[in-house]
Amino acid sequence: MNTKSSIGRKNALSRFLFYFGNLLIGIVFVSPLLWMVCASLKPEAEIFANMNSIKTFIPTHASLNNYIEVFTRLNIPNVLKNTLLYIALILAGDLFFNSICGYALAKFDFKGRNLVLSLVIALMVLPMEAIMLPLYIEMSQLHWVNTLQALVIPFIPKCFSIYMFRQFFVDVPDELIEAASIDGCGPARTFFKIVMPISKTVYATVFILDFVAHWNDFMWPFLVMTGEEKRTIQLAVQVFFGTQPVHYSAIMAALVISAIPMILMFVFMQKYYVEGIASSGIKG
Amino acid sequence: MADPNRISKRSEHVAAAAFVTPTLILLIAFLVVPMIYTIYFSIYRYQIMRPNDITFVDIQNYIKLFKDKDFWHAFRNTLYFTVVVVPVQCTLALALALLVASKTRGVAFFRTMYFAPQLTSMVVISILWTILYNSNPSTGLINSLLTSIGLESVNFLSNPRTAMNSIIFMSAWQGAGYQMMIFIAGLQAIPASHYEAASVDGATGFQKLIYITLPGLKSTIKYVLMITMIQAMKLFTQPYVMTKGGPQNATKTLVYYIYTEGFQEGNFGYACSAAAVFFVIVVTMSLIMKRITMAKD
Repeated sequence: MNTKSSIGRKNALSRFLFYFGNLLIGIVFVSPLLWMVCASLKPEAEIFANMNSIKTFIPTHASLNNYIEVFTRLNIPNVLKNTLLYIALILAGDLFFNSICGYALAKFDFKGRNLVLSLVIALMVLPMEAIMLPLYIEMSQLHWVNTLQALVIPFIPKCFSIYMFRQFFVDVPDELIEAASIDGCGPARTFFKIVMPISKTVYATVFILDFVAHWNDFMWPFLVMTGEEKRTIQLAVQVFFGTQPVHYSAIMAALVISAIPMILMFVFMQKYYVEGIASSGIKG
Repeated sequence: MADPNRISKRSEHVAAAAFVTPTLILLIAFLVVPMIYTIYFSIYRYQIMRPNDITFVDIQNYIKLFKDKDFWHAFRNTLYFTVVVVPVQCTLALALALLVASKTRGVAFFRTMYFAPQLTSMVVISILWTILYNSNPSTGLINSLLTSIGLESVNFLSNPRTAMNSIIFMSAWQGAGYQMMIFIAGLQAIPASHYEAASVDGATGFQKLIYITLPGLKSTIKYVLMITMIQAMKLFTQPYVMTKGGPQNATKTLVYYIYTEGFQEGNFGYACSAAAVFFVIVVTMSLIMKRITMAKD
């Protein structure tokens, strides 16, 4: 009896420590982000007032004025349109071309299969930064600089996606494919009618990982998209940071706006996102 | 009657060609060809302003590169960043993962908190922290905190001795959530029975960590170290946004060097030699890392 209640007390204590400790560490951890959100709601004059008290985290005169300012000064609708359009085109190409390639590498028997697979695996380690100079020359010779093509087409082939798709399709049972071929389905129809519909998880995973990568990408758009009208969100935010007059309140609002689509993605596709990150670790 | 098996084999070959060729062409056009051209241009003098005057210079670009103090500076900075940020960020990620790996109610909330910096891009984080790092205690949040607890304020980004460390601290904070998620998956793959058996034997929490958790995470740790290292060697966005490589080149990295030489100075061939060296360094570091982690087996 006595020992039981002492275990109970110990459990209660460890649970208290778990929640309280995590809450404390968590708040410190996200405090820069909290400050960002608070500052985005404050008038310019109040952001740097009371810096040394907890009040800096409390927007007393909260308003959305900064967001309204950013919307017009940064032309947010246009920037969002540019960004979402280019990502949508990459994703469409990525999910289509890399998945059929991954499927062929997993299930078709053809000459050169191992060679292509080795090439894909070898190219996975090639850092984009090592090839960005000739890639830029290629873009300029194709007259693609400052066009959507330069942002989209070089990024459709992705070794990582091919590899993810291949790993998934390898596990699709051969019996299923044989059954489809006995029913008179050709190899291509088998893929599109039978295999693709049961493979939603791998498509969702590649989708979310790629969306995040390109939403956050700065370097390549920065190199090839010099026109103001065509800026992606990261470029627009970076340029805005150096544009006079510098309104820190408006900058904070811009930073928050640029995070909103990512937060929405996280909320709605969290399962696939987290699984995508985690599974790459276990398989690798 | 034709053999149905042979018909299906032939249609499989046709399908394979149709499925693989488009992607293969794209891969060659936008990955393989640029890679070859990086090496090709690296032995030519090729300036953007004079595209008609491309001359073969043998290994002159490489000789010039290895004699350039700025290049070695960038090399050292990249190495320093990588060697410091990888253990710091991975340890932080593992610590956070241990905090939230249990399947307790409400744990998802804490995981989201630690993952939150990942939901903002590096550009956003760099801008935010440039403001937080401001050297004036009345406008920089971190310095106001330091002065309010009686410490002296620090010129985080404008002092060459602290600039890179400031970027390291911020990068580890931003990135740890990602590796945390990988570690959580690794932790959950360790069978609970191992811990129960250890408890029966009277093992302490610390002993469980050393004898069960860390060995159980071995392959996860290897993978995390590898991806964090490769990511770290590409450092560009943070110094570009926060310090422009300064002060006194203290945060200029290899990728930054390639960018300035190629795109700002227009010395294309020369920059390609730097890019080729960068590629060799990345591959070498990966191989060394593989060696080290293999040796622990």
